[in-house]
Amino acid sequence: MYNLIRIRWRAAAAVSLAGALALVAGCSSSGTTSASNGSTSGGATAGLTVPTANLPVLQKIGKGEGQLNLIAWAGYLQPQWVKPFQQQTGCIIHATYPNTSDEFVTLMKNGGGGQWDMASSSGDADLRIIYAGDAHPVNIKLIPSWDQFFPAFKSPPFNTVNGVHYGVSLQWGPNVLMYSKKAFTTPPTSWDVVFSKNYSGKISIYDGPIYIADAALYLKAHDPSLGITDPYELTQPQFQAAVNLLKTQHPLVKQYWSSASAQISAFANGDVTVGTSWPYQVSTLTAQHFPIGAVIPKEGATGWADTWMLAAKAPHPNCAYMWMRYISTPKVQAEQAVSYGETPDNMLACGYMDQIAKGSCDQYHANAPSAYFNTIALWKTPVATCDNGKQDCVPYVDWVAAWNTQIK
Amino acid sequence: MGVTTPAGAATAAPAGSAPGGLWSRISAVLWRRPWTRATLLLTPPLAWFVLIYIASLVVLLVTAFWTTNPFTTNIEQTWTLSNFAQILGTPAYRTIILRTVGMAAGVTVVDAIIAIPFAYYMARIARPRTRTLLFVCVLLPLWASYLAKVYAWLLIFTHDGVLNWALGKVGIGSLNLIYTNSAVFIVFCYIWLPYMIIPVYAALERIPGSQIEASQDLGGRTLRTMWSVILPLALPGIVAGSIFTFSLTLGDYITPILVGGGSSVLIGNVIDSNIGIANNLPLAAAMAMVPIAIMACYLLAARALGAFREI
Amino acid sequence: MESPGLRTALRIWVAVVLLLLFAPIVLIIVYAFGPSVVQTWPLRGFTWHWFAVAWHDQAVRQAFLLSVKVGVLAAIIAVVLGSAVSYALHNFRFFGREGVSFLLVLPIALPGVITGVALNNFFGFTNITLGVLTIVIGHATFCIVIVYNNLIARLRRTPRSLGEASADLGARGWQTQLYIMFPQVATALVSGALLAFALSFDEVIVTVFTAGANFTLPLWIFGQLRLGQQLPEVNAVVTIVILLTLIPVLLAARIAGAGAVSPTARAAAVEDTGRL
Repeated sequence: MYNLIRIRWRAAAAVSLAGALALVAGCSSSGTTSASNGSTSGGATAGLTVPTANLPVLQKIGKGEGQLNLIAWAGYLQPQWVKPFQQQTGCIIHATYPNTSDEFVTLMKNGGGGQWDMASSSGDADLRIIYAGDAHPVNIKLIPSWDQFFPAFKSPPFNTVNGVHYGVSLQWGPNVLMYSKKAFTTPPTSWDVVFSKNYSGKISIYDGPIYIADAALYLKAHDPSLGITDPYELTQPQFQAAVNLLKTQHPLVKQYWSSASAQISAFANGDVTVGTSWPYQVSTLTAQHFPIGAVIPKEGATGWADTWMLAAKAPHPNCAYMWMRYISTPKVQAEQAVSYGETPDNMLACGYMDQIAKGSCDQYHANAPSAYFNTIALWKTPVATCDNGKQDCVPYVDWVAAWNTQIK
Repeated sequence: MGVTTPAGAATAAPAGSAPGGLWSRISAVLWRRPWTRATLLLTPPLAWFVLIYIASLVVLLVTAFWTTNPFTTNIEQTWTLSNFAQILGTPAYRTIILRTVGMAAGVTVVDAIIAIPFAYYMARIARPRTRTLLFVCVLLPLWASYLAKVYAWLLIFTHDGVLNWALGKVGIGSLNLIYTNSAVFIVFCYIWLPYMIIPVYAALERIPGSQIEASQDLGGRTLRTMWSVILPLALPGIVAGSIFTFSLTLGDYITPILVGGGSSVLIGNVIDSNIGIANNLPLAAAMAMVPIAIMACYLLAARALGAFREI
Repeated sequence: MESPGLRTALRIWVAVVLLLLFAPIVLIIVYAFGPSVVQTWPLRGFTWHWFAVAWHDQAVRQAFLLSVKVGVLAAIIAVVLGSAVSYALHNFRFFGREGVSFLLVLPIALPGVITGVALNNFFGFTNITLGVLTIVIGHATFCIVIVYNNLIARLRRTPRSLGEASADLGARGWQTQLYIMFPQVATALVSGALLAFALSFDEVIVTVFTAGANFTLPLWIFGQLRLGQQLPEVNAVVTIVILLTLIPVLLAARIAGAGAVSPTARAAAVEDTGRL
């Protein structure tokens, strides 16, 4: 089973890595294929290399600096596992909670770096951070729990380039369809509902350009004539079809949620009854006894795989390594997985999860059946070079422009 | 000496005034050379402004002519007008600019209408103790966190929130105000109101009673006096307040994010999202030039209307 | 002059405006007592829990202290620079005088996001690390004009004859300034400084861009609003801040109220009769 996962993972990740590399190599119009392994072949433009690849890694974890500045997704720093860490290591955590992967990239780069230590960014941000020179190589030997990771997450191409790790994989999960049980007597089975006039004025949608991939995923199932295979690699006609779908959705949307908290408030107060969400909102609302449910519809879902990236100019490197060590252990992985509702990267977390909440290991797929994997299209940065080596895929900068000027 | 200065009985020679003391010598020099005084006084603040503030605005302007690498979003110093072309050429951005300016104008008008009677009462009718109390009451909301106030409005407007609950009790039924432009408008009017009341009050309070008496002597009734004498004299205060409401609305992005809907994108949101999200500083800088240009025109107009004569 | 009917109408208007002005504030305080992190209406209960949480929260204390520190520093810089430029503009006529007063208004006339973005970019350019220094720089820049406004208004109202009389009586330049002019403008300085502190304390937009990884109180609140894990704690903190600031504001109104808030009738009379 794990081999299957590894093969599919490596394929998908190799494509995105090759795409990234070929992007600039392709600028020289040599049309390189995915055979490149880190150095570009010819071309007038500079090769796509990692500026920080040769920085020396920490050899030994020293004394903690007393503080740790983290950029994290909402729900990743719950007191349940943060308080013990702070007590054990004395590293007091200061955190900021951005809403999109783009903000992660910006924060890591802001002010020339040197502000934040680590970021729990998703696969669609990691390579951008690495190639911008904002990530520091990580000495993976200092993180013993790494050996317990699923092979696919030990050195995935989105956080490991040429064998150099720039972070440690964290957890992964889906963007779910959340609904109010008061409005839906039976759970919805398709993403139809967020595009449907029946729920006009009651829909809550993620406020980020990467959401175009969700529209593409929907069209992959409902409009096969477009020929969409990978929702992040869209030719111009495929892209425009997805954008048009979102333009028709716009008048139906009550809220483009700018933070998890905003969506929680909207669902709790009856402003919206259905929408795209993260498991964090689902678990927060159900913990407060609101009648909320979530499903992964039949078309599948987009999702994300997160990594704790180490910043190039991290001001507190010792605390950063202590955190990486801590957050990778099976027990803490299990705590976070159950609290948030995602899947841990540590193979041994499953047992602990069932201790915390019976059945949670299966519920959140911690034993990782490949069937589940295949239904989730993990976030990755859309680049101009497609799977087949052609240059006609729409790059992310156009996604941003379309989101800001056509859809919203 | 029979003349007492208003400052009190400070007529005896103060200590340390022995001729030839260091302070005396310095103050004598400064007295003889007023321009030394002027330069000493002006240099630190001007240096601060020019070297920090103006310099940063100039650097921002320059950045508007550059581009970013599409993948890593690092800035590339290639000169181009494409950002400006994009801002002025894309219909969506033009709509955003018009929407923002329209909302800013609307908020200014509404706040002026609310503030003028309030400030009039404060300045000309209220007793001094009441006046101070009212002044404190107007200032106090400024001390409550802006974010908390906007969030309070979110809780008021939300579907099962306080407003609909109250309306339900009265039997009117519910309003769907949250996540709309109306909500953004109302919240702006609320948040900036003290900034309009205070300058209008200052202007009204400065009107000498004699001028009003003169107007009445000439036969003007209350409304006539108000329209022809008081309002024109209060105009500089109104204009000064409007600078606040207009510019604060022009650049705000937090209120649209918290209580606005899908079409509540304002200029501030475009700037903020291009900085914090898309990391496209050149485009954000180009967009930032729009409010700068608008406010420059507004300030010039305000100066013509006398707002800077006595704020 | 106004008819009784008009007066009553104005009284009602003032009362309604005050009601609307304070309704959200009251709501903030009410929600601080709600038990649930997901805030709905009506409240699900009544509890002091979140006040206890806020009181013991280290992050809140640090953010509060940072805000106070930044506010005080910004106010001091604003007072020094603001009074310097007020005196210069009031006492001297020179080419570009109007331009300088125009320049001073820019930081509050231009939207905060522009100031923030410009400063952020500038600090990156000049390799100044984002931190307390950059926050103070950002705040002081728009605080200067607050002090300037207050001070120049007062200076314009202070009759020149005071200084001349003092000189006639034999006081030297600095003595006139210290013993005669300063008491006249002191209350304006105090109210200007207080207003500058208030604006700095609640500033969020410019601070977002100049703070880096430091959290002032508004930034802490902003982060908590986005996180949504401890929303009633935000209400509790804001309530405490309102109560804490009520005292100095009332005090300032008492001291400076007669002077800075509403100049005395005497000063107005001076203006009435023209120059003394």
